[in-house]
Formats: sequence, C-alpha cells, structure tokens
Amino acid sequence: MSNRRRPLYTPDRRLALPVTRRRVLGGMSAGALALASGGVLSACGTEGASQTEASCDSDDLSAEEKDVIWSNWPAYIDPIQQDDSTLSQFEQQSGISVEYNDDVNDNSDFYGKVRNQLGACESTGRDMFTLTDWMAAKMIGLGWLQELDKDNLPQVQANLIENLRSPSWDPDRKYSVPWQSGLTGIAYNADLTGEIKSFEEMVTNPEYKGKITLLSEMQDTMIFFLRMVGADPADFTDDEWGEALDRLQEVKDSGQVRQFTGNEYRQDLAQGNIVACEAWSGDVIQLQFDNPAIKFVAPEEGMALWSDNSLVPNKAEHKANAEKLMDFYYDPVVAAELAAWVNYICPVQGAKEAMTKIDPSLADNVLIFPDDALLADTYDFKALSPEEEQQYQDDFARVIGG
Amino acid sequence: MTAQTVVTPAAGRQRRWNTAWLLLLPGGLWLTAFFVVPLFQLVATSLYDPSGSEELGYAMTWSWSNYGDAIDFYTGPLVRGFGYAAVATLLCLVIGYPLAYAIAFKAGRWKNLMLILVIAPFFTSFLVRTLAWKLILSDNGFVVGVAKTLGLVADDGRLLATGVAVVAGLTYNFLPFMVLPLYASLEKIDHRLIEAAGDLYASPVQGFRRVTLPLSMPGVIAGTLLTFIPSTGDFINAQLLGDTTTTMIGNVIQSRFEVGDYPAAAALSVTLMVLIVILVSVYIRRAGTEELL
Repeated sequence: MSNRRRPLYTPDRRLALPVTRRRVLGGMSAGALALASGGVLSACGTEGASQTEASCDSDDLSAEEKDVIWSNWPAYIDPIQQDDSTLSQFEQQSGISVEYNDDVNDNSDFYGKVRNQLGACESTGRDMFTLTDWMAAKMIGLGWLQELDKDNLPQVQANLIENLRSPSWDPDRKYSVPWQSGLTGIAYNADLTGEIKSFEEMVTNPEYKGKITLLSEMQDTMIFFLRMVGADPADFTDDEWGEALDRLQEVKDSGQVRQFTGNEYRQDLAQGNIVACEAWSGDVIQLQFDNPAIKFVAPEEGMALWSDNSLVPNKAEHKANAEKLMDFYYDPVVAAELAAWVNYICPVQGAKEAMTKIDPSLADNVLIFPDDALLADTYDFKALSPEEEQQYQDDFARVIGG
Repeated sequence: MTAQTVVTPAAGRQRRWNTAWLLLLPGGLWLTAFFVVPLFQLVATSLYDPSGSEELGYAMTWSWSNYGDAIDFYTGPLVRGFGYAAVATLLCLVIGYPLAYAIAFKAGRWKNLMLILVIAPFFTSFLVRTLAWKLILSDNGFVVGVAKTLGLVADDGRLLATGVAVVAGLTYNFLPFMVLPLYASLEKIDHRLIEAAGDLYASPVQGFRRVTLPLSMPGVIAGTLLTFIPSTGDFINAQLLGDTTTTMIGNVIQSRFEVGDYPAAAALSVTLMVLIVILVSVYIRRAGTEELL
C-alpha cells in the first residue's frame, strides 16, 4: 500500500477552494447544460407508425411498367440463374421482369429495414416481400399492406390447401398468399434416444435434463405450452396464458432446457450435444440428408403449422405484377419444381401428383406433402393486436431471459 | 507607435485560438454526432412511457420507474454480468501476466513471433472463434471425455452450456487485451533497476514485488480495464456457450431490444454504463493512476 499514491483530492481541500469567477462561470454553464439537456430530453418521444387505407393510398403502375421487385429469404427458391428455373419461366410467360433479392434474413431485422418508410407511408422500393405469419399479422394490424385483388389470383383461389385458407390473423387471405409452409414439432436423434412421443415428455423426463432445446420464437414455443395446459392456442384466456407461462417457468427452472435457440439447434443436434429439441420441419429434412438418425415427430399435443407469406406493402407500384407472380407459383407443376428444391411444406393442392414425376421419394415425404391426418392436428396462434403482441412477447421474454 | 506594438501579439493570440478550435472541430463534430447525440437518445429512451410501443409511438413521460423495474427484475443477470467479467478478468491477469513477462524479458529473438501469435486469433472473427469453442467443449468431445476420466466433470455432467464455459469463453476472447498492455509496460522497464535491486540483496521475488510489479502497474490497470469493461456487457459468449441459467446483462439488453421493449433496454444500458463508470473510477483512484481519468 505504501507505494501507492494518495488520492489527489481530499474533501477538505475541495471545500477550501476559493470562490473564483472561473468556478462560478463553470458552475453556471454546468447548470445551463443540465437544464438544456432536460429540455432536449422532454422534446424526445416517437410518433406512432399505424396507417390506414385512407391515410396511405398507393398507385399501381403495373399496366405501364412490366417489373416487380421481390424480397425473399435466402435459399428459398430454386436457383434463379438457370434458364429453366421457375422464375425464368415466369418472366418468359408473363413478360414481367423480376428483380429478386434474398435480403430477408430475419423477420425482426427486416421489420427494422422497412419500418421507417412504411410508418411514414413512403415507398420501401419493394413490390412484394415474404414474411412469417406473426410478422405479416403485425403489418396488417399496422395498415402497412395493400389488399390483394382476388381476380388476379385464380390459381391461388383454386389450389391453396384447406388448412391455410383462413388463418386467425387474415381470415379471408385478403392481404397474404402463403409462399411455403412448415411445421413446428420435435426433432430427436435416434442414435441417442428412443422415440419421444409428446412435448410433455420431452420437457419433463429427467433423462433429457439439459439435453433439449426450445425455440426462442414466442408463438412457436407457447403453442405447445398452451396445449400442455389444455388450452386452444387460437383462443385462450388470460388464466390459461398465465398457467402456460408458469409451466414454462417450472421447466426452465428445473434445468431441463439447455437453451432457447433460433435454428442453431441444428449444430447441437447433429453433434449430439442435445438429444431432442423443438424444431422446424424444413431444417430437419436438410439434416436428414447428412444424418438419417435425425427424426421429426408430431408430438401428441399436435404441431404448429405456419407459413411465410407473400405480401404487397403500401406504395408498392407494381401490385398487379406481384399478384401475377404469386399466382404463377400456384400452378401445381411449378409448385412441385419449387418444393423439390426448398423442402418445406408445399401449400399447393395437386403439387404432390406433379412431384411424383420429379422425385417420387419427395412426393411421399409427409413433411413436404403432409397427409390429412397430420394436418388435422395442427394449431396456429391467435391473432394479436399490437398491444397484446407486445404483452405476450414481453411475458415470454421475461421467463426465458430472467 | 505604441498602439501598433500592442495590437500585434493580441492578433497573434487570436489566430492561435482560431487554429486550436479548427483542429478540435473534426473530432468535436464526430463525437457530437456519434457519441453525444446517441447518448442523449439513449437516456431519453430510458425515460419513455413503458406502455408505449414502436407501433403506437413512445411518449416522453420521465418514467424513472423504468430503472427500478428493470434493475429489480434483472438483478440476477446484472450481478452475473459483473461476476463473470470479474472472474474472467482475474483469470486473464493470472494467465496473461506470466505470458507478457516471458515475451518481454525471456523471449529473445522469438519476441516478435510470440506477439504475432497473441494477435493472430484476431484475424478470424470473434463469432467463429467462439463457435469453435462449442466444438471443443461439446458433450461427446475429447475435452469433456478427459475431464470425466480425471473426475473433474461428473459422469452425467457437461462443460458446454454452463457458467464455466461462459467464463472460459470470456477469458479466451479477451486475453489479448490483457497481454498487450502488460507487455507494453513490462517491455519499457529499465533492466538496470531490477539489477540494482539484486545488488542491494533483494531476492528475485522481492525484486519482482518491489520493482517490476509496481512499474508494470499501468499495464495491469489498462489490461484489467480493457478486459473487464467489454466482458461485462458481452452477450455472445453467454449466448453460445451458456444455458438458460447463465444469462448475462448483455443478453437481457439484447433480448429486450429484440422484443421492442426499448425503454427497459435503454434503462439497463444506462445502468450498466453508470455502474461501470463508478467501479472504474473507484478502481483507478485506489490504484493511484488518476492520470488515466
């Protein structure tokens, strides 16, 4: 201690400092700065971002301009460079040129990209983008999307599979057309464990303690916990919600859950760090190419059925062109070609028959063409107002992050 | 005549003043745009009405309760953030000091090579290196296998997804920030001082305690600060190497931000910043290196 210097300022010395002009001026400017800061701070705050059809009107220039600009997720279409790709076919058939961008990596990130423009009723520079149900629902609630013209969507009307026709958040599919769908269920590694039949078993069996992961997406995970307490995820009460949250808390506190993840579970499952997890069907099919021991099961509680949806934002100038593009992919043959590449659930009736000509093994894969029995037991989350969405997200995040 | 002689130096002083301001201008503008404004924005956000949302807009209501609520609810992650960072900093010091000492005094012609080896990991991304640790520590991997054989890990235990892995990750990732300042200050030490200690009958240990260590204190302080401050707010290590019980404050801020709860995220960020400033000031005063403040 002795070689350390003593603090320079002792309280006594400070008090003894004389009142000088410099100090007074200094004190005054510090005071002024504090006051000004207060003024600046109180002027802060943000505007709401909701729009209505009346407040944000869009013109459609499709008749004059044969273009459409589309933002989609990476690896979510067959390779577009090839001459016989589905997108090239569309361009040749319709004379519309498509600017395809794979710049949607994450629903929330993408929301951040377009939030300022759409909140202020300005163009995002995109005519169409593809987002997951809950984000599509949020944007409908904010009035950021244009209503689609069903006359331009005859094949969608005819071929959309029954289970996806009226989701709770867009009952008449007025704003959205499913691009691809998927199921949320359980994936397990058959080399490490026997079949896991129910979600309840996965989150309670001590054998799997610290060896499972759940998804950090609120809707996905809570659908199962709501089912575990016997509630209907599409229509539940506050009490049931509270009960489901308590179950989640219990499971988390028991150390059963190793992590809440996005699709990082893929590595952990492949490496054997976890034996089972809540998983998305398309991921599992891709994992199975490398490791056939990885299985996907429909738990007894049922599964979550979700879609990524094509949407047309406000101020998009080529709505009719975008609708033609959406409709094109509801031709069963085109849909089958696409499904053969992306391995998610094909939302188009008749595509299964077309697929038998491309690859019969894929036509029999229930995770691409689910049978009625599988689809009968699927659930979606109830439609949420922005306030409810915030509340539920908040409740969930507090349990998993606390 | 007299008027002229008075005017000239005054004008010269004026010009010097102008030059000083001009030189400060680029840095000042930069700091205003990218530090002062965001800082105000952060403080403002932390005082918004918590019932607002991005969609409905946020009203400025001076909600100081955001702070109480956030700290109250996230005491665990807050304490854990500081705790893990402290342990990691200590480990970095214990590992880094001998390493820096060896490079500075014993490495001879290998000195430059060893320094490059310390910096080399920076050539790959932070994320990739942390993901590599996931592989190294994986449940069925070699490290865990050996640790189990030696009885360091229980038979049904694991290393990945535990607090141990998080601290190990932090230590690994921030070690170079400890080694480089330590090396810089050790390297500057005049060898004759250590020899003089020996001449005056100090044992090597005494020589180290009385001469080398005090002279390397600036390096120790700089190293510990450069390690402690960023690791307190880190969320990558806890996210990739931790489990649901090892959440650090950085993870909470990040997840609050993601669900759009900006007031809580901002309140926690400001809290973290204030706590770090207090801790660091106390530390620097006690260590007697006020010139760093």
